[in-house]
Amino acid sequence: MEQYEPDRLSPAQVAAMRRSFRNGRAALTRRSLLRASAGGALAAGGIGTLGACGIPAAGQSQGGVPAQDHSAKEKTVNFSNWTEYMDVDDSGKHHPTLEQFTKRTGVKVKYTEDINDNNEFFGKIKPQLAAGQDTGRDLIVLTDWLAGRLIRLGWVQKLDPSNLPHAYANLSAQFRSPDWDPGRAYSYVWQGISTVIAYNKKALDGVEVKSISDLLDNPRLKGRVGFLSEMRDSVGMTLLDMGKDPADFTADDYDAAIARLQKAVDKGQIRRFTGNDYTSDLTSGDFAACVAWAGDVVQLKADSPDIDFLIPDSGYMTSTDNLLIPNKARHKTNAERLIDFYYEPKPAAELAAYINYVCPVDGVKAELAKIDEDAANNPLIIPDKAMAAKSHAFRSLSSKEETEFEEKFAKLTGA
Amino acid sequence: MSTLTEAPPPLAPEAPEPKPPKRRGRWTPYWLLLPGILWLLVFFALPMIYQASTSVQTGSLEEGYKVTWHFATYWDALSAYWPQFVRSVLYAGTATILCLLLGYPLAYLIAFRAGRWRNLIMILVIAPFFTSFLIRTLAWKTILADGGPLVGALDTLHVLDVTNWLGWTAGDRVLATPLAVVCGLTYNFLPFMILPLYTSLERIDGRLHEAAGDLYARPWTTFRKVTFPLSMPGVVSGTLLTFIPATGDYVNADLLGSTDTRMVGNVIQTQFLRVLDYPTAAALSFILMAAILLMVTLYIRRSGTEDLV
Repeated sequence: MEQYEPDRLSPAQVAAMRRSFRNGRAALTRRSLLRASAGGALAAGGIGTLGACGIPAAGQSQGGVPAQDHSAKEKTVNFSNWTEYMDVDDSGKHHPTLEQFTKRTGVKVKYTEDINDNNEFFGKIKPQLAAGQDTGRDLIVLTDWLAGRLIRLGWVQKLDPSNLPHAYANLSAQFRSPDWDPGRAYSYVWQGISTVIAYNKKALDGVEVKSISDLLDNPRLKGRVGFLSEMRDSVGMTLLDMGKDPADFTADDYDAAIARLQKAVDKGQIRRFTGNDYTSDLTSGDFAACVAWAGDVVQLKADSPDIDFLIPDSGYMTSTDNLLIPNKARHKTNAERLIDFYYEPKPAAELAAYINYVCPVDGVKAELAKIDEDAANNPLIIPDKAMAAKSHAFRSLSSKEETEFEEKFAKLTGA
Repeated sequence: MSTLTEAPPPLAPEAPEPKPPKRRGRWTPYWLLLPGILWLLVFFALPMIYQASTSVQTGSLEEGYKVTWHFATYWDALSAYWPQFVRSVLYAGTATILCLLLGYPLAYLIAFRAGRWRNLIMILVIAPFFTSFLIRTLAWKTILADGGPLVGALDTLHVLDVTNWLGWTAGDRVLATPLAVVCGLTYNFLPFMILPLYTSLERIDGRLHEAAGDLYARPWTTFRKVTFPLSMPGVVSGTLLTFIPATGDYVNADLLGSTDTRMVGNVIQTQFLRVLDYPTAAALSFILMAAILLMVTLYIRRSGTEDLV
């Protein structure tokens, strides 16, 4: 086959053509890329119409925006929860307590496990809530500080107490009136979370750990200590260790706690700040001891005899994951009925027996004992008096404080 | 009257070249470009403009954000987080060089020596993509675990003493040190280096090697004077495909690193999601983009190659 090469082309053009024949397509060249990147830089520099953009103020009306409630017509409720936060039967396909709810009320539950991280989930629902739109969810579960933020922003709906008789009667006293939602007007506790110290006996190799101070100072644990990337848990435990009350501290106290942690970071004492992935570090022995969530530790302990936990004399942090109904949710009444259902002792006990977190429902112990005697006597699931006395909550922060404190904590963890 | 049809006239040397069929197809290239352009506009240009706008806004979540042309955010972000920038470039650069050192011999082998194993080896190079990036990185935590056999062996061989001295590791561990992060980056981006290198090497005409041999070039000289220069397009695109994403990576630093190995990607993530300082996060993203654009431009200018693939 003859190549098509008219004489009129300059030698350079012919060469270019040959090359493109050889490569079977127009080759990407250095020059073309340079030209393109210069163009890109120009475009980036030349954007002059940015002023039109902006993000509207978040706060709408305090008290939330009620939407039209379609509960009576549409017998369904969309429930977004964290992964592994619901009882599952042996086949792994059914959620027995949810099915009981459906059987009793006729309301179908569309259950989605699409929450993995508070911050990420906030980023996901923020645009819709800020614009006053339906998120497609009737019930969401968020940790207390984020629940507080949503209430502050006016993005969740006030609950109707007449739909919540069991919840009102059975909520444990220690969860009744958090400072971010006095009297539980907007939220009810799904589960409580205790923050404790977990350790790996084998990795500790005889080193005695009793307090946060041991974690921060004992040179034999250098580089084998983990803290949580959740600011309130790590700083809260440190504040307690320093004799301060996390429910009532000043900015100076906070700075002092950060400085204390910073010293340990600088010494190389703290290996890493982790999310939920500390569990693998702890089982492998890379962490000899770490700040951990009790619900995880109960499960880890069942799998590995080396793992155990302790509660420091100075106390431990408690937080909660809370059920909330976002603005514009279509099935508010159905969602409220679901909340109330989980405050009846029987379903609450079935759930607690499965997920090992702190059960917020009074009168559940007898029901739980019928299912699992050990769980009923485990203070991590149903706190006894001594345990409850040592529990502390982190005070709620103003928006300004939140940014300031998170910024300082971010610097501590390496940015 | 002739029964013969006329023979076609001989092609005149100055015959006009076959014209494209009228003007009907004039708009075709634009129609073909349309989906791509729309895609770029909606998913690249608009978000870029939005982010550029965010970076010069001030405000808070409650009061809303307004464009105030507050360019000081850029300076503040840079002066607060320059160590993370320097670290990102350093780690990504090291990982790119390691990828090149590991990838070149392998690509060479696949292109010239693998014979019937070629396809199998190519599949092995691509195979890791069948598993999630996250899972593969988490697997490195098991491989590099403190009490694990690898770290034990490195310790016995006194390799860790050397890396400790260099400041790449600390104590008797590899995890949660710069070395682990660089290893993770190298591992995760290695296929992006090998594939363009292979494409480039495979295209080299084997007869050039024979010719070099005929002209009494030693194998090393052949490589230096023939093979390597001809593979430069692959080297350049491979290093770009490795370096650019590695600089912005945050997963490796998050899972394999410690507080002193955080990269700029981690800072951006923290500012966006945790601190909720959107302007600073947007400004950091733009500084990173500008820095990469500058470095890549300088690099391509100096690389002395014309083709890039």
